[in-house]
Amino acid sequence: MMRQERDIGISGRFPATRWSLIESARSPEAQQRQRALDVLIAAYWKPIYKHIRMKWQKDIEDAKDLTQEFFSRAVERDFFASFDPGRARLRTFLRTCVDRFVANENQAAQRVKRGGEFQFVALDFENAEGELRTRELPASETPDDFFAREWVRSLFEMAVEQLRRECESAGKAIHFELFKSYDIEEGGRELTYEQAARQYGIKASDVTNYLAHARREFRRIVLEQVRLSTASEEEFRNEARALLGFEVKG
Amino acid sequence: MRISDTAIERLRAAAEFPDLSGTRYRLMDKLGQGGMGAVYRVEDSVLERQIALKVINILDDQNQLAARLLQEARVIARLEHPGIVPVHDVGTLPDGRVFYTMKLVQGRRLDDPETALGGESECLRSFLKICEAVAFAHAHDIVHRDLKPSNIMIGPFGEVLVMDWGLAKVLGSSHHRDNAGPDDAVVGTPGFMAPEQERGDSHVGPLADVYSLGTILKFLLKQRAAEPVSRRLTAIVRKATEAASAARYASVQELASDITQYLQGGAVAAFPEGPGARAWRWIVKNRAWILLILAYLVTRTLFILWRRFS
Repeated sequence: MMRQERDIGISGRFPATRWSLIESARSPEAQQRQRALDVLIAAYWKPIYKHIRMKWQKDIEDAKDLTQEFFSRAVERDFFASFDPGRARLRTFLRTCVDRFVANENQAAQRVKRGGEFQFVALDFENAEGELRTRELPASETPDDFFAREWVRSLFEMAVEQLRRECESAGKAIHFELFKSYDIEEGGRELTYEQAARQYGIKASDVTNYLAHARREFRRIVLEQVRLSTASEEEFRNEARALLGFEVKG
Repeated sequence: MRISDTAIERLRAAAEFPDLSGTRYRLMDKLGQGGMGAVYRVEDSVLERQIALKVINILDDQNQLAARLLQEARVIARLEHPGIVPVHDVGTLPDGRVFYTMKLVQGRRLDDPETALGGESECLRSFLKICEAVAFAHAHDIVHRDLKPSNIMIGPFGEVLVMDWGLAKVLGSSHHRDNAGPDDAVVGTPGFMAPEQERGDSHVGPLADVYSLGTILKFLLKQRAAEPVSRRLTAIVRKATEAASAARYASVQELASDITQYLQGGAVAAFPEGPGARAWRWIVKNRAWILLILAYLVTRTLFILWRRFS
Protein backbone atom coordinates (compact mmCIF):
# COMPACT_ATOMS: atom_id res chain seq x y z
CA MET A 1 0.00 0.00 0.00
CA MET A 2 1.48 3.32 -1.02
CA ARG A 3 1.35 6.34 1.23
CA GLN A 4 0.40 9.66 -0.31
CA GLU A 5 3.14 11.85 1.06
CA ARG A 6 5.58 13.35 -1.42
CA ASP A 7 8.34 13.80 1.06
CA ILE A 8 10.99 11.22 1.34
CA GLY A 9 12.26 11.24 4.80
CA ILE A 10 13.20 9.09 7.64
CA SER A 11 9.94 7.89 9.18
CA GLY A 12 11.16 8.16 12.71
CA ARG A 13 14.29 8.89 14.61
CA PHE A 14 16.88 6.26 13.80
CA PRO A 15 18.17 4.19 16.69
CA ALA A 16 20.92 6.03 18.58
CA THR A 17 23.27 3.08 18.17
CA ARG A 18 25.82 3.81 15.50
CA TRP A 19 26.00 1.70 12.43
CA SER A 20 23.05 -0.40 13.45
CA LEU A 21 21.54 0.19 10.03
CA ILE A 22 22.45 -3.27 8.83
CA GLU A 23 21.48 -4.92 12.12
CA SER A 24 18.14 -3.09 12.07
CA ALA A 25 17.53 -4.19 8.50
CA ARG A 26 17.89 -7.75 9.78
CA SER A 27 15.91 -7.25 12.99
CA PRO A 28 13.05 -9.64 13.83
CA GLU A 29 10.91 -6.57 14.63
CA ALA A 30 8.95 -5.26 11.66
CA GLN A 31 9.04 -1.66 12.89
CA GLN A 32 12.83 -1.80 13.18
CA ARG A 33 13.12 -3.20 9.67
CA GLN A 34 10.78 -0.50 8.34
CA ARG A 35 12.92 2.21 9.89
CA ALA A 36 16.07 0.71 8.42
CA LEU A 37 14.39 0.54 5.06
CA ASP A 38 13.38 4.19 5.32
CA VAL A 39 17.00 5.18 5.92
CA LEU A 40 18.23 3.08 3.04
CA ILE A 41 15.60 4.45 0.69
CA ALA A 42 16.21 8.06 1.67
CA ALA A 43 19.93 7.77 1.06
CA TYR A 44 20.05 5.50 -1.93
CA TRP A 45 16.84 5.40 -3.95
CA LYS A 46 17.84 8.14 -6.37
CA PRO A 47 21.32 6.89 -7.23
CA ILE A 48 19.89 3.37 -7.60
CA TYR A 49 17.07 4.54 -9.88
CA LYS A 50 19.50 6.53 -12.03
CA HIS A 51 21.94 3.64 -12.12
CA ILE A 52 19.21 1.26 -13.35
CA ARG A 53 18.19 3.76 -15.99
CA MET A 54 21.72 4.56 -17.18
CA LYS A 55 23.52 1.25 -16.93
CA TRP A 56 20.66 -1.15 -17.55
CA GLN A 57 18.84 1.13 -19.98
CA LYS A 58 15.47 0.35 -18.42
CA ASP A 59 12.54 2.53 -19.32
CA ILE A 60 11.07 4.78 -16.66
CA GLU A 61 8.32 2.46 -15.48
CA ASP A 62 10.55 -0.62 -15.26
CA ALA A 63 13.21 1.37 -13.45
CA LYS A 64 10.64 2.61 -10.92
CA ASP A 65 9.40 -0.90 -10.25
CA LEU A 66 12.87 -2.34 -10.01
CA THR A 67 14.00 0.39 -7.63
CA GLN A 68 11.19 -0.18 -5.19
CA GLU A 69 11.26 -3.94 -5.46
CA PHE A 70 14.99 -3.96 -4.88
CA PHE A 71 14.56 -2.40 -1.46
CA SER A 72 11.76 -4.81 -0.52
CA ARG A 73 13.81 -7.81 -1.54
CA ALA A 74 16.98 -6.50 0.08
CA VAL A 75 15.35 -6.64 3.47
CA GLU A 76 13.04 -9.62 2.91
CA ARG A 77 15.82 -11.81 1.60
CA ASP A 78 18.54 -10.37 3.80
CA PHE A 79 20.93 -9.22 1.07
CA PHE A 80 23.06 -7.82 3.89
CA ALA A 81 23.99 -11.24 5.27
CA SER A 82 27.06 -11.26 3.04
CA PHE A 83 28.00 -7.63 3.63
CA ASP A 84 31.41 -7.14 5.23
CA PRO A 85 32.09 -3.47 6.07
CA GLY A 86 35.79 -4.22 6.21
CA ARG A 87 35.87 -5.18 2.55
CA ALA A 88 33.65 -2.66 0.81
CA ARG A 89 31.67 0.49 1.27
CA LEU A 90 27.95 0.03 1.79
CA ARG A 91 27.13 1.98 -1.37
CA THR A 92 29.49 -0.17 -3.46
CA PHE A 93 27.90 -3.27 -1.98
CA LEU A 94 24.42 -1.94 -2.72
CA ARG A 95 25.31 -1.11 -6.28
CA THR A 96 26.64 -4.64 -6.79
CA CYS A 97 23.43 -6.06 -5.28
CA VAL A 98 21.36 -3.87 -7.59
CA ASP A 99 23.27 -5.16 -10.62
CA ARG A 100 22.81 -8.75 -9.53
CA PHE A 101 19.14 -8.16 -8.81
CA VAL A 102 18.44 -6.54 -12.19
CA ALA A 103 20.42 -9.23 -14.02
CA ASN A 104 18.36 -11.92 -12.28
CA GLU A 105 15.13 -10.14 -13.11
CA ASN A 106 16.20 -9.89 -16.73
CA GLN A 107 16.82 -13.62 -16.81
CA ALA A 108 13.53 -14.43 -15.16
CA ALA A 109 11.91 -12.08 -17.69
CA GLN A 110 9.13 -11.39 -15.29
CA ARG A 111 7.83 -8.10 -14.16
CA VAL A 112 8.29 -7.81 -10.45
CA LYS A 113 5.44 -6.90 -8.26
CA ARG A 114 5.69 -4.10 -5.79
CA GLY A 115 4.73 -4.50 -2.23
CA GLY A 116 5.41 -7.21 0.23
CA GLU A 117 5.33 -6.36 3.91
CA PHE A 118 6.76 -2.87 3.50
CA GLN A 119 5.20 0.48 3.04
CA PHE A 120 6.75 2.90 0.61
CA VAL A 121 6.50 6.63 0.53
CA ALA A 122 5.92 8.08 -2.93
CA LEU A 123 9.30 8.57 -4.54
CA ASP A 124 9.79 11.60 -6.74
CA PHE A 125 10.83 9.74 -9.86
CA GLU A 126 9.87 12.66 -12.05
CA ASN A 127 12.44 14.83 -10.32
CA ALA A 128 15.07 12.10 -10.61
CA GLU A 129 14.29 11.67 -14.30
CA GLY A 130 14.63 15.43 -14.79
CA GLU A 131 18.07 15.39 -13.20
CA LEU A 132 19.14 12.59 -15.52
CA ARG A 133 18.12 14.59 -18.58
CA THR A 134 20.19 17.59 -17.54
CA ARG A 135 23.22 15.58 -16.51
CA GLU A 136 26.26 15.42 -18.72
CA LEU A 137 28.05 12.10 -18.61
CA PRO A 138 31.78 12.17 -19.23
CA ALA A 139 32.89 9.24 -21.36
CA SER A 140 35.51 8.28 -18.80
CA GLU A 141 33.02 7.96 -15.92
CA THR A 142 32.67 4.40 -14.66
CA PRO A 143 29.39 3.04 -13.25
CA ASP A 144 30.95 3.23 -9.80
CA ASP A 145 31.87 6.89 -10.30
CA PHE A 146 28.37 7.66 -11.55
CA PHE A 147 26.75 5.91 -8.61
CA ALA A 148 29.07 7.63 -6.13
CA ARG A 149 28.36 11.05 -7.59
CA GLU A 150 24.60 10.49 -7.55
CA TRP A 151 24.83 9.32 -3.96
CA VAL A 152 26.65 12.52 -3.04
CA ARG A 153 24.08 14.59 -4.94
CA SER A 154 21.23 12.84 -3.13
CA LEU A 155 22.95 13.29 0.22
CA PHE A 156 23.56 17.00 -0.36
CA GLU A 157 20.00 17.55 -1.56
CA MET A 158 18.63 16.04 1.64
CA ALA A 159 21.07 18.04 3.73
CA VAL A 160 20.22 21.31 1.97
CA GLU A 161 16.51 20.65 2.44
CA GLN A 162 16.98 19.85 6.11
CA LEU A 163 19.11 22.98 6.55
CA ARG A 164 16.40 25.07 4.92
CA ARG A 165 13.75 23.67 7.28
CA GLU A 166 15.89 24.17 10.36
CA CYS A 167 16.87 27.71 9.40
CA GLU A 168 13.28 28.69 8.71
CA SER A 169 11.97 27.22 11.92
CA ALA A 170 14.74 29.01 13.88
CA GLY A 171 14.00 32.37 12.26
CA LYS A 172 17.24 32.23 10.28
CA ALA A 173 15.86 32.33 6.75
CA ILE A 174 18.46 34.92 5.71
CA HIS A 175 21.22 32.55 6.80
CA PHE A 176 19.89 29.95 4.41
CA GLU A 177 19.40 32.45 1.58
CA LEU A 178 23.02 33.61 1.89
CA PHE A 179 24.20 30.01 1.92
CA LYS A 180 22.11 29.29 -1.16
CA SER A 181 23.46 32.37 -2.95
CA TYR A 182 27.11 31.71 -2.21
CA ASP A 183 27.36 27.98 -2.14
CA ILE A 184 24.69 26.56 -4.44
CA GLU A 185 23.69 29.03 -7.10
CA GLU A 186 25.85 29.74 -10.12
CA GLY A 187 27.93 32.90 -9.87
CA GLY A 188 27.32 33.21 -6.16
CA ARG A 189 30.97 33.70 -5.27
CA GLU A 190 31.09 36.85 -7.36
CA LEU A 191 28.76 38.57 -4.92
CA THR A 192 30.75 40.69 -2.48
CA TYR A 193 29.87 40.69 1.20
CA GLU A 194 28.96 44.37 0.91
CA GLN A 195 26.54 43.68 -1.94
CA ALA A 196 24.96 40.81 -0.01
CA ALA A 197 24.68 42.97 3.09
CA ARG A 198 22.83 45.68 1.15
CA GLN A 199 20.58 43.10 -0.50
CA TYR A 200 19.44 41.67 2.83
CA GLY A 201 19.63 44.83 4.91
CA ILE A 202 22.31 43.51 7.25
CA LYS A 203 25.91 44.42 8.10
CA ALA A 204 28.81 43.01 6.10
CA SER A 205 30.15 41.39 9.28
CA ASP A 206 26.78 39.65 9.66
CA VAL A 207 27.25 38.11 6.23
CA THR A 208 30.42 36.42 7.51
CA ASN A 209 28.69 35.17 10.65
CA TYR A 210 25.48 34.03 8.96
CA LEU A 211 27.37 32.14 6.27
CA ALA A 212 29.61 30.54 8.86
CA HIS A 213 26.53 29.40 10.80
CA ALA A 214 24.83 27.93 7.74
CA ARG A 215 27.99 26.15 6.56
CA ARG A 216 28.63 24.77 10.02
CA GLU A 217 25.07 23.43 10.21
CA PHE A 218 25.29 22.03 6.70
CA ARG A 219 28.46 20.18 7.63
CA ARG A 220 26.80 18.79 10.76
CA ILE A 221 23.76 17.60 8.84
CA VAL A 222 25.86 16.00 6.11
CA LEU A 223 27.96 14.17 8.66
CA GLU A 224 24.80 12.91 10.37
CA GLN A 225 23.47 11.64 7.05
CA VAL A 226 26.77 9.99 6.24
CA ARG A 227 26.75 8.24 9.62
CA LEU A 228 23.28 6.91 8.94
CA SER A 229 24.13 5.62 5.51
CA THR A 230 27.46 3.96 6.25
CA ALA A 231 28.00 0.66 7.99
CA SER A 232 31.20 1.06 10.00
CA GLU A 233 33.41 3.61 11.74
CA GLU A 234 36.05 3.21 9.06
CA GLU A 235 33.58 3.64 6.23
CA PHE A 236 32.15 6.75 7.89
CA ARG A 237 35.62 8.30 8.24
CA ASN A 238 36.53 7.49 4.65
CA GLU A 239 33.30 8.91 3.31
CA ALA A 240 33.54 12.02 5.49
CA ARG A 241 37.06 12.65 4.26
CA ALA A 242 36.18 12.07 0.64
CA LEU A 243 33.05 14.22 0.85
CA LEU A 244 34.08 17.13 2.97
CA GLY A 245 37.87 16.99 3.21
CA PHE A 246 37.31 16.15 6.86
CA GLU A 247 38.76 13.22 8.63
CA VAL A 248 37.36 12.16 11.93
CA LYS A 249 39.99 10.87 14.30
CA GLY A 250 38.81 9.23 17.47
CA MET B 1 16.26 21.69 -4.76
CA ARG B 2 18.33 20.31 -7.64
CA ILE B 3 22.05 20.27 -7.06
CA SER B 4 24.17 20.56 -10.19
CA ASP B 5 27.63 19.00 -10.54
CA THR B 6 29.31 22.36 -9.99
CA ALA B 7 27.09 22.98 -6.98
CA ILE B 8 28.31 19.68 -5.51
CA GLU B 9 31.87 20.97 -5.64
CA ARG B 10 30.90 24.35 -4.19
CA LEU B 11 29.04 22.68 -1.34
CA ARG B 12 32.00 20.43 -0.63
CA ALA B 13 34.26 23.45 -0.44
CA ALA B 14 31.72 25.34 1.68
CA ALA B 15 31.42 22.50 4.18
CA GLU B 16 35.16 22.48 4.53
CA PHE B 17 35.56 26.25 4.92
CA PRO B 18 36.78 27.31 8.34
CA ASP B 19 34.37 29.22 10.53
CA LEU B 20 35.98 32.65 10.90
CA SER B 21 33.11 34.33 12.71
CA GLY B 22 34.35 36.30 15.69
CA THR B 23 37.83 36.70 14.19
CA ARG B 24 39.24 39.65 12.30
CA TYR B 25 39.54 37.55 9.15
CA ARG B 26 37.20 37.31 6.21
CA LEU B 27 37.37 34.20 4.06
CA MET B 28 38.14 34.65 0.38
CA ASP B 29 39.11 31.35 -1.22
CA LYS B 30 41.10 28.18 -0.77
CA LEU B 31 44.70 28.23 -1.94
CA GLY B 32 45.81 24.68 -1.35
CA GLN B 33 45.77 21.52 0.67
CA GLY B 34 48.58 20.01 2.70
CA GLY B 35 49.00 16.83 4.70
CA MET B 36 47.04 17.90 7.74
CA GLY B 37 45.86 21.34 6.84
CA ALA B 38 44.39 23.58 4.21
CA VAL B 39 45.54 27.08 3.34
CA TYR B 40 43.07 29.85 2.57
CA ARG B 41 43.35 33.40 1.33
CA VAL B 42 41.70 35.67 3.88
CA GLU B 43 41.36 39.37 4.37
CA ASP B 44 42.59 40.91 7.59
CA SER B 45 39.80 43.42 8.27
CA VAL B 46 41.93 45.41 10.72
CA LEU B 47 45.07 45.87 8.62
CA GLU B 48 43.12 45.71 5.37
CA ARG B 49 45.44 43.28 3.66
CA GLN B 50 45.22 39.81 2.25
CA ILE B 51 47.11 37.08 4.05
CA ALA B 52 47.19 33.30 4.14
CA LEU B 53 45.53 31.28 6.88
CA LYS B 54 46.45 27.68 7.56
CA VAL B 55 44.02 25.51 9.49
CA ILE B 56 43.76 21.86 10.32
CA ASN B 57 41.06 20.10 8.38
CA ILE B 58 41.11 17.00 10.46
CA LEU B 59 38.70 16.73 13.36
CA ASP B 60 41.13 15.92 16.09
CA ASP B 61 39.44 14.81 19.28
CA GLN B 62 42.69 14.43 21.17
CA ASN B 63 44.22 17.73 20.09
CA GLN B 64 47.41 16.10 18.85
CA LEU B 65 47.24 17.80 15.51
CA ALA B 66 46.39 21.12 17.08
CA ALA B 67 49.62 20.83 19.05
CA ARG B 68 51.51 20.03 15.86
CA LEU B 69 50.12 23.02 14.01
CA LEU B 70 50.96 25.25 16.93
CA GLN B 71 54.47 23.80 16.95
CA GLU B 72 54.78 24.53 13.23
CA ALA B 73 53.77 28.14 13.80
CA ARG B 74 56.31 28.48 16.62
CA VAL B 75 59.08 26.99 14.49
CA ILE B 76 58.43 29.44 11.69
CA ALA B 77 58.11 32.33 14.13
CA ARG B 78 61.67 31.62 15.35
CA LEU B 79 63.03 31.92 11.83
CA GLU B 80 63.05 35.52 10.72
CA HIS B 81 64.68 35.27 7.34
CA PRO B 82 63.76 36.66 3.89
CA GLY B 83 63.60 33.11 2.57
CA ILE B 84 61.08 31.92 5.17
CA VAL B 85 57.45 33.06 5.24
CA PRO B 86 56.76 35.11 8.41
CA VAL B 87 53.95 34.10 10.78
CA HIS B 88 51.57 36.87 11.88
CA ASP B 89 49.06 35.34 14.25
CA VAL B 90 47.94 32.08 15.81
CA GLY B 91 44.65 31.15 17.45
CA THR B 92 41.63 28.87 17.66
CA LEU B 93 38.56 29.17 15.48
CA PRO B 94 35.02 29.03 16.88
CA ASP B 95 34.75 25.49 15.54
CA GLY B 96 37.72 24.49 17.67
CA ARG B 97 40.32 24.23 14.95
CA VAL B 98 43.75 25.75 15.46
CA PHE B 99 44.99 28.15 12.81
CA TYR B 100 47.87 30.44 12.07
CA THR B 101 48.18 33.29 9.59
CA MET B 102 51.20 34.17 7.52
CA LYS B 103 52.29 36.37 4.69
CA LEU B 104 50.43 35.66 1.47
CA VAL B 105 53.05 34.57 -1.01
CA GLN B 106 52.56 35.41 -4.66
CA GLY B 107 54.50 33.23 -6.98
CA ARG B 108 54.83 29.73 -8.30
CA ARG B 109 56.12 26.56 -6.79
CA LEU B 110 59.33 25.18 -8.15
CA ASP B 111 57.58 22.10 -9.55
CA ASP B 112 55.04 24.22 -11.44
CA PRO B 113 55.76 23.66 -15.15
CA GLU B 114 55.21 27.38 -15.74
CA THR B 115 57.84 28.48 -13.25
CA ALA B 116 60.52 30.33 -15.22
CA LEU B 117 63.89 29.00 -14.12
CA GLY B 118 66.23 30.88 -16.42
CA GLY B 119 69.73 29.84 -17.42
CA GLU B 120 72.14 27.65 -15.47
CA SER B 121 73.61 30.55 -13.48
CA GLU B 122 70.18 31.87 -12.57
CA CYS B 123 69.02 28.40 -11.48
CA LEU B 124 72.07 27.98 -9.30
CA ARG B 125 71.65 31.43 -7.74
CA SER B 126 68.04 30.55 -6.86
CA PHE B 127 69.32 27.30 -5.39
CA LEU B 128 71.81 29.24 -3.27
CA LYS B 129 68.95 31.26 -1.80
CA ILE B 130 67.23 28.02 -0.80
CA CYS B 131 70.48 26.91 0.85
CA GLU B 132 70.72 30.20 2.74
CA ALA B 133 67.25 29.79 4.23
CA VAL B 134 67.88 26.18 5.20
CA ALA B 135 71.31 26.98 6.67
CA PHE B 136 69.67 29.71 8.72
CA ALA B 137 67.18 27.20 10.07
CA HIS B 138 69.99 24.75 10.93
CA ALA B 139 71.80 27.51 12.80
CA HIS B 140 68.65 27.76 14.93
CA ASP B 141 68.54 24.00 15.52
CA ILE B 142 65.68 23.38 13.14
CA VAL B 143 65.67 20.71 10.43
CA HIS B 144 63.00 21.02 7.73
CA ARG B 145 62.72 17.29 6.85
CA ASP B 146 60.42 17.82 3.87
CA LEU B 147 62.42 19.85 1.37
CA LYS B 148 61.20 19.27 -2.17
CA PRO B 149 60.39 21.36 -5.25
CA SER B 150 56.72 21.73 -4.31
CA ASN B 151 57.74 23.34 -0.99
CA ILE B 152 59.81 26.06 -2.69
CA MET B 153 58.10 29.18 -4.00
CA ILE B 154 59.61 31.52 -6.57
CA GLY B 155 58.21 35.04 -6.40
CA PRO B 156 57.60 37.31 -9.37
CA PHE B 157 60.87 39.17 -8.68
CA GLY B 158 62.98 36.08 -8.19
CA GLU B 159 62.43 35.85 -4.42
CA VAL B 160 62.81 32.34 -3.09
CA LEU B 161 60.78 31.07 -0.15
CA VAL B 162 61.01 27.78 1.68
CA MET B 163 57.49 26.73 2.69
CA ASP B 164 55.65 24.14 4.72
CA TRP B 165 57.54 23.59 7.94
CA GLY B 166 54.91 21.18 9.21
CA LEU B 167 57.37 18.31 9.55
CA ALA B 168 60.23 20.41 10.93
CA LYS B 169 62.17 19.01 13.83
CA VAL B 170 63.64 21.08 16.67
CA LEU B 171 67.06 19.82 17.72
CA GLY B 172 69.06 20.68 20.81
CA SER B 173 69.41 19.18 24.28
CA SER B 174 66.61 21.00 26.04
CA HIS B 175 64.16 21.16 23.14
CA HIS B 176 64.72 17.85 21.45
CA ARG B 177 61.25 17.07 20.36
CA ASP B 178 60.40 14.93 17.46
CA ASN B 179 57.04 16.31 16.56
CA ALA B 180 56.17 13.58 14.12
CA GLY B 181 52.67 12.33 14.79
CA PRO B 182 51.95 8.95 16.29
CA ASP B 183 51.42 7.42 12.85
CA ASP B 184 54.51 9.06 11.31
CA ALA B 185 57.52 6.94 12.14
CA VAL B 186 58.71 7.90 8.62
CA VAL B 187 58.38 11.59 7.79
CA GLY B 188 59.21 13.16 4.46
CA THR B 189 58.40 12.62 0.81
CA PRO B 190 59.60 9.57 -1.16
CA GLY B 191 62.05 10.54 -3.86
CA PHE B 192 63.28 13.56 -1.92
CA MET B 193 63.90 12.32 1.59
CA ALA B 194 67.21 10.94 2.79
CA PRO B 195 67.69 7.17 3.21
CA GLU B 196 67.90 7.56 6.98
CA GLN B 197 64.46 9.21 6.92
CA GLU B 198 63.03 6.40 4.83
CA ARG B 199 64.36 3.93 7.33
CA GLY B 200 62.72 5.84 10.14
CA ASP B 201 65.99 6.42 12.00
CA SER B 202 65.43 8.24 15.26
CA HIS B 203 68.33 10.68 14.76
CA VAL B 204 67.57 12.50 11.56
CA GLY B 205 69.58 15.71 11.46
CA PRO B 206 70.68 18.52 9.15
CA LEU B 207 72.40 16.09 6.77
CA ALA B 208 68.97 14.83 5.77
CA ASP B 209 68.22 18.33 4.52
CA VAL B 210 71.55 18.31 2.64
CA TYR B 211 70.36 15.18 0.85
CA SER B 212 66.99 16.75 0.01
CA LEU B 213 68.73 19.88 -1.28
CA GLY B 214 70.76 17.62 -3.55
CA THR B 215 67.58 16.16 -4.98
CA ILE B 216 66.22 19.66 -5.57
CA LEU B 217 69.43 20.59 -7.40
CA LYS B 218 69.08 17.46 -9.50
CA PHE B 219 65.48 18.43 -10.24
CA LEU B 220 66.54 21.92 -11.32
CA LEU B 221 69.22 20.59 -13.64
CA LYS B 222 66.82 18.07 -15.14
CA GLN B 223 64.33 20.82 -15.94
CA ARG B 224 66.92 22.24 -18.29
CA ALA B 225 67.27 18.96 -20.12
CA ALA B 226 68.23 20.62 -23.40
CA GLU B 227 71.58 21.68 -21.95
CA PRO B 228 74.22 19.17 -20.88
CA VAL B 229 75.17 19.18 -17.22
CA SER B 230 78.86 19.61 -16.49
CA ARG B 231 80.77 16.85 -14.73
CA ARG B 232 81.54 19.17 -11.85
CA LEU B 233 77.89 19.94 -11.23
CA THR B 234 77.03 16.26 -11.50
CA ALA B 235 79.68 15.57 -8.90
CA ILE B 236 78.15 18.16 -6.58
CA VAL B 237 74.73 16.50 -6.88
CA ARG B 238 76.28 13.10 -6.28
CA LYS B 239 78.09 14.21 -3.14
CA ALA B 240 74.99 15.89 -1.71
CA THR B 241 72.88 12.79 -2.30
CA GLU B 242 75.26 10.13 -1.02
CA ALA B 243 73.33 7.35 0.69
CA ALA B 244 75.69 7.42 3.66
CA SER B 245 75.24 10.73 5.46
CA ALA B 246 78.95 10.80 6.44
CA ALA B 247 79.92 10.91 2.75
CA ARG B 248 77.78 13.97 1.99
CA TYR B 249 78.67 17.62 2.48
CA ALA B 250 79.05 18.16 6.21
CA SER B 251 76.68 21.11 6.12
CA VAL B 252 74.44 23.15 3.85
CA GLN B 253 77.12 25.88 3.90
CA GLU B 254 79.65 23.48 2.36
CA LEU B 255 77.20 22.58 -0.39
CA ALA B 256 76.47 26.27 -1.01
CA SER B 257 80.21 26.99 -1.06
CA ASP B 258 80.80 24.44 -3.79
CA ILE B 259 77.97 25.91 -5.87
CA THR B 260 79.49 29.38 -5.43
CA GLN B 261 82.92 28.09 -6.48
CA TYR B 262 81.36 26.50 -9.52
CA LEU B 263 79.68 29.75 -10.50
CA GLN B 264 82.99 31.57 -10.16
CA GLY B 265 84.86 28.96 -12.21
CA GLY B 266 86.85 27.82 -9.20
CA ALA B 267 87.70 24.35 -7.90
CA VAL B 268 84.82 22.41 -6.31
CA ALA B 269 85.43 20.01 -3.44
CA ALA B 270 83.18 17.36 -4.96
CA PHE B 271 85.29 17.08 -8.15
CA PRO B 272 89.05 16.57 -7.46
CA GLU B 273 91.15 17.57 -10.47
CA GLY B 274 94.71 16.86 -11.59
CA PRO B 275 97.22 19.69 -12.24
CA GLY B 276 96.48 19.65 -15.98
CA ALA B 277 92.73 20.02 -15.50
CA ARG B 278 93.26 22.74 -12.88
CA ALA B 279 95.59 24.61 -15.20
CA TRP B 280 93.13 24.36 -18.11
CA ARG B 281 90.33 25.64 -15.88
CA TRP B 282 92.54 28.52 -14.73
CA ILE B 283 93.16 29.39 -18.35
CA VAL B 284 89.46 29.25 -19.24
CA LYS B 285 88.55 31.35 -16.21
CA ASN B 286 91.16 33.98 -17.00
CA ARG B 287 91.06 33.78 -20.78
CA ALA B 288 90.11 37.41 -21.21
CA TRP B 289 93.26 38.60 -19.39
CA ILE B 290 95.41 35.95 -21.06
CA LEU B 291 94.20 36.97 -24.49
CA LEU B 292 94.83 40.65 -23.66
CA ILE B 293 98.37 39.90 -22.47
CA LEU B 294 99.02 37.68 -25.49
CA ALA B 295 97.68 40.37 -27.79
CA TYR B 296 99.96 42.90 -26.10
CA LEU B 297 102.99 40.60 -26.36
CA VAL B 298 102.31 39.81 -30.01
CA THR B 299 101.80 43.47 -30.86
CA ARG B 300 104.96 44.46 -29.01
CA THR B 301 106.98 41.70 -30.66
CA LEU B 302 105.78 42.72 -34.11
CA PHE B 303 106.62 46.33 -33.35
CA ILE B 304 110.14 45.44 -32.22
CA LEU B 305 110.72 43.32 -35.33
CA TRP B 306 109.41 46.06 -37.59
CA ARG B 307 111.74 48.57 -35.97
CA ARG B 308 114.75 46.25 -36.42
CA PHE B 309 114.16 45.51 -40.07
CA SER B 310 112.95 48.87 -41.26
